[in-house]
Amino acid sequence: MNKTKLSVKNLNLFYGDFQALKNIDLEVESNKITALIGPSGCGKSTFLKTLNRMNDLVENVKIEGKVSLDGEDIYNNIDVIKLRKRVGMVFQKPNPFPMSIYDNVAYGPRAHGIKRKAKLDEIVETSLKQAAIWDEVKDRLNQNALGLSGGQQQRLCIARALAVNPEVLLMDEPTSALDPIATQKIEELTEELKEKYTIVIVTHSMQQAGRISDNTAFFLLGEVIEFSETAKIFSNPEDKRTEDYITGRFG
Amino acid sequence: MSNRKLKDNLTKILIYAASLLTVGVLAWILIYITINGIGEISLEFLTSAPEGESGGGILPIIINTLYIILLTIVISTPIGVFAAIYLVEYAKPGKIVRIIRFATESLAGIPSIIFGLFGYIFFVTVLNLGWSILSGALTLSIMVLPTMVRTTEESLKAVPDAYREGSLGLGASKLRTIRKVVLPSAIPGIVTGIILSIGRIVGESAAVYFTAGMVSRLAKGFLDSGRTLAVHMYLLAKEGISFEKAFATAFVLVVIILLINFSANKIGASLDKTKV
Ligand SMILES: Nc1ncnc2c1ncn2[C@@H]1O[C@H](COP(=O)(O)OP(=O)(O)OP(=O)(O)O)[C@@H](O)[C@H]1O
Ligand SMILES: [Mg+2]
Repeated sequence: MNKTKLSVKNLNLFYGDFQALKNIDLEVESNKITALIGPSGCGKSTFLKTLNRMNDLVENVKIEGKVSLDGEDIYNNIDVIKLRKRVGMVFQKPNPFPMSIYDNVAYGPRAHGIKRKAKLDEIVETSLKQAAIWDEVKDRLNQNALGLSGGQQQRLCIARALAVNPEVLLMDEPTSALDPIATQKIEELTEELKEKYTIVIVTHSMQQAGRISDNTAFFLLGEVIEFSETAKIFSNPEDKRTEDYITGRFG
Repeated sequence: MSNRKLKDNLTKILIYAASLLTVGVLAWILIYITINGIGEISLEFLTSAPEGESGGGILPIIINTLYIILLTIVISTPIGVFAAIYLVEYAKPGKIVRIIRFATESLAGIPSIIFGLFGYIFFVTVLNLGWSILSGALTLSIMVLPTMVRTTEESLKAVPDAYREGSLGLGASKLRTIRKVVLPSAIPGIVTGIILSIGRIVGESAAVYFTAGMVSRLAKGFLDSGRTLAVHMYLLAKEGISFEKAFATAFVLVVIILLINFSANKIGASLDKTKV
């Protein structure tokens, strides 16, 4: 059977009095792509952020339940820095730092102690190639990343996340700002990446979820309504609400 | 003309009049100072020490002024920046933050002569630093601290949270995030704070008069006493020694302020990484 990378048990999350996640149970399999789908505001981003504890930054947030990475509870006695190195994230809105393209990609490796120029050069090049943006930027690595287009910025952020060589990559709508060609590149990239990494991806595109993911979770109002193999969810959903959403009858 | 149009035009006229008045007054002051001061300006005035009652120039006083500016900025910038970093990045909203905020706001509202008296009692007398550039700079540091903290705070708050998230999400520590991402983005704002502070330092007479003293020679070091341009001007005018020299000093003061503002703006802009 497949190995479980991340296991979520009975997860509840509150922003103040508002419960954004309700009783979530979910297993993310190693070297698979897990897609999270659901209408806007249903808690996909929030859930994704619980997997590398980015919600810790939010004030008044309360989290109950258990999330484990390789069997280890990530909310208990764990070094958050190490956790985030292992579980990387690409955010919904591209957020390159106001520094050069090179420095953006080298930021993570440097934070984890890599100083040698040759090594950094190599990481930067490989990461940018993996994120399908190398050809567009290789001649201007020293230019400010904020000068890139939105789609380029998003791919740069993907490269930046890959540069720390995580085990799990959380991607929050990574292609929502991209044109079809760049989108296709990213989709191909995720296919390649899953050899080495475990991927959790939020997407609003049913086609995308269908094309690239192995498992799919359907979120609605903070609950996971249905979670199973993508093929099954799309061909034979168990819940009426899943079917309605997938066929575009609401959402 | 319809009623509405009339109102529109009236508003416009008022806005123009107000702008014209503001710019006009400023221009008038500058022209007035220039006309009255430029006559006394000469190479000798700029490069020699004051002599006797009203002779000589102001070179040592210019240098004293620069000393005080430099030392005050060196002391107050790190304190102000660290305080602001604490307030914005670390402090949880609550009592401590409210107290600090209250303290900085109160400091900002205190007349400078009170800082002068405090500096005289505390730095000059209790700490026994005497009338000195250091006493003056310490006093002025307290005085400009609210400006430093405020402007830095504002610029830190203006740094998008997405930068912090991006950095922390890569596994960078909070300290590294602040050092490498947040602070660099906040530099233009910090520079603005420094410029505003320099303006206050240069223009301040009361607080300096009581703490750095008023001897007109070049301070031999940070523990020596020396007057600044503003104090010099005040003494020249108050004692009725020489209004021409007072205006000439004023002219030099204005030129120095303009130069500092101009170069600080340039530096700030060149450090602004968010502009491509
Ligand atoms: N920091 C926060 N404080 C309070 N409420 C929040 C916060 N972040 C999100 N929420 C609320 O939690 C709910 C889930 O938000 P979330 O961003 O996870 O939705 P989403 O599924 O990612 O939506 P979208 O598809 O639009 O990105 C929403 O109702 C949102 O308003
Ligand atoms: Mg979202």
